[in-house]
Amino acid sequence: MVQGVQIDLISEDRLSRLTSMEKIRLILDGVKEGNIVVLEKGLAPEEATKLIELTMLEIRPDGFSGIEMETYPAREDEGGLSSVISRILGRKNRSRMTVIGPANQLKTIRKEKDLISAWISSR
Amino acid sequence: MSLLLRAKKRFKRLFRVLLRRKNARIGIYGPPNAGKTTLANRIVRDWTGDAVGPVSEIPHETRRARRKENITITGTNGSSVDIDIVDTPGVTTKIDYHEFLEYGLEKEEAITRAREATEGVAEAMHWLREDIDGVIYVLDSTLDPFLQVNIMMVGIIESRKLPVIIVANKIDLPDSSPARIKSAFPQHPVVAISGLEGQNMEQLYEEMTERFG
Repeated sequence: MVQGVQIDLISEDRLSRLTSMEKIRLILDGVKEGNIVVLEKGLAPEEATKLIELTMLEIRPDGFSGIEMETYPAREDEGGLSSVISRILGRKNRSRMTVIGPANQLKTIRKEKDLISAWISSR
Repeated sequence: MSLLLRAKKRFKRLFRVLLRRKNARIGIYGPPNAGKTTLANRIVRDWTGDAVGPVSEIPHETRRARRKENITITGTNGSSVDIDIVDTPGVTTKIDYHEFLEYGLEKEEAITRAREATEGVAEAMHWLREDIDGVIYVLDSTLDPFLQVNIMMVGIIESRKLPVIIVANKIDLPDSSPARIKSAFPQHPVVAISGLEGQNMEQLYEEMTERFG
């Protein structure tokens, strides 16, 4: 049988239809099966704290050891009119594309502000 | 300090006294082994003569959040701030007990440490969501600041609109590069220190009275 890694690319549209807990379960269940989950739009900060907490609860000796996540830093305030309009409308910084995988399969090779190189291994 | 800023601080202090509000709780956050407890001990020792907890080269030595109450910090400009310091477990997204075996721990001990560390991380996140009024985010300045957990944590702190100071720790080490941290988080004040040697602590105290006052 050909060895490989399943990659699930989840669109922003689909994510927007899910509740926070549904998103977190979708991510954790996929990752625990050894899949790489790519989110077109990253989690909100509140969701990220819950993902960390739930991940910690599910870690087992010689089993699931946690997750590895890759994303870019939030965009800096660009200034100018668009920034002023965003502030008036109360728009928050958009979270960015995020890759999540099992900690023992997804490793970062190089990371910069605008470039991420990662290495994925099969189980 | 401008007249306006001084007036604002006085008003805040008066407001706090009138409402009998508790001290601001300042959480010391960061990834494992960044020097959080060393820094917490340094701050508490400098201002009370006491300490917060033990330190170790083995990651996740701090597995429970510890609070030290009623610390008054005075900057060189004479302004001061009353705070509680909360030393938190290192935040990470992965914990594997095998890592602890490399430090000579027995398997049983390593598994227990890993389990306690997972609880500690969850506890630290809970504190951040519910009970923290300001953050000192500690980074090891010899390592890459773009570690995912750092980006995520700074995002969480920003979303809660908490005042934050980023500390580029371990500047006593030859590989230290505080400039890398400053360029990674240009939107926040970064103070380069050595918690171990006590280098540049005055600047940190100054910044604390400015941000948390």
